[in-house]
Amino acid sequence: MMSAQIGSIRIQEADFSIDEEYRRLRIAHPAQNGAICTFSGLVREFGDKEGVTGMFLEHYPGMTEHSLQLIIDQAAGRWKLNDVAVIHRVGQLSLSDQIVFVGVSSAHRADAFAACEFIMDYLKTDAPFWKKECHAQGSQWVEAKESDRNRTKKWS
Amino acid sequence: MKILFFASLREQLNTEEEEWQELNGALTAGDILSQLQTRGEPWASSLNADRLLVSVNQEISNLKTKITADDELAFFPPVTGG
Repeated sequence: MMSAQIGSIRIQEADFSIDEEYRRLRIAHPAQNGAICTFSGLVREFGDKEGVTGMFLEHYPGMTEHSLQLIIDQAAGRWKLNDVAVIHRVGQLSLSDQIVFVGVSSAHRADAFAACEFIMDYLKTDAPFWKKECHAQGSQWVEAKESDRNRTKKWS
Repeated sequence: MKILFFASLREQLNTEEEEWQELNGALTAGDILSQLQTRGEPWASSLNADRLLVSVNQEISNLKTKITADDELAFFPPVTGG
């Protein structure tokens, strides 16, 4: 059975509020939601190098939204989901800033947990974003990680 | 044809985007890459990276993907978002 496409995708420089996103997911499907799983990723002090002071994020406008929708579609085909929200920030970020948000609502927690992890794992290996870490000595582009690719592979 | 470069590749080539009116006989994404590589440095070595990715019309593709003058090609390093 074909179901309507779900998911909201936002690529933005501005910060986001998890409270607001959670509320939006919660009220979107009244009485249908039994579980909402949310994930947020933050800028931390140690990346490819120690002493990270910030991060610059670049993306491929158009392809980014397209690839995230494909990931959400795959998740919605695999688990029973009510709604999905993905937000990814771009531009210049500072230490402790929020980078990414994934929220999934479902009737059951197992579907919400699994889909949230699946979307995040695929986002890391398939969506065209690139991070550049800033530290006292300058800045450098982050290397893609084998561990991230392995996490994605485990879903196939 | 529009050709885009992102992230480290964009910086190394000091080029974000270029527009080609003619494909100069190119039939695949790989043919375009070969033509870019003939420009000498930094094009030759930057575009020679093992793990260079290519997209055609915003979908991950490969060097054998067929292209036309209306397509949008992009070359970029492995992605690192999230």
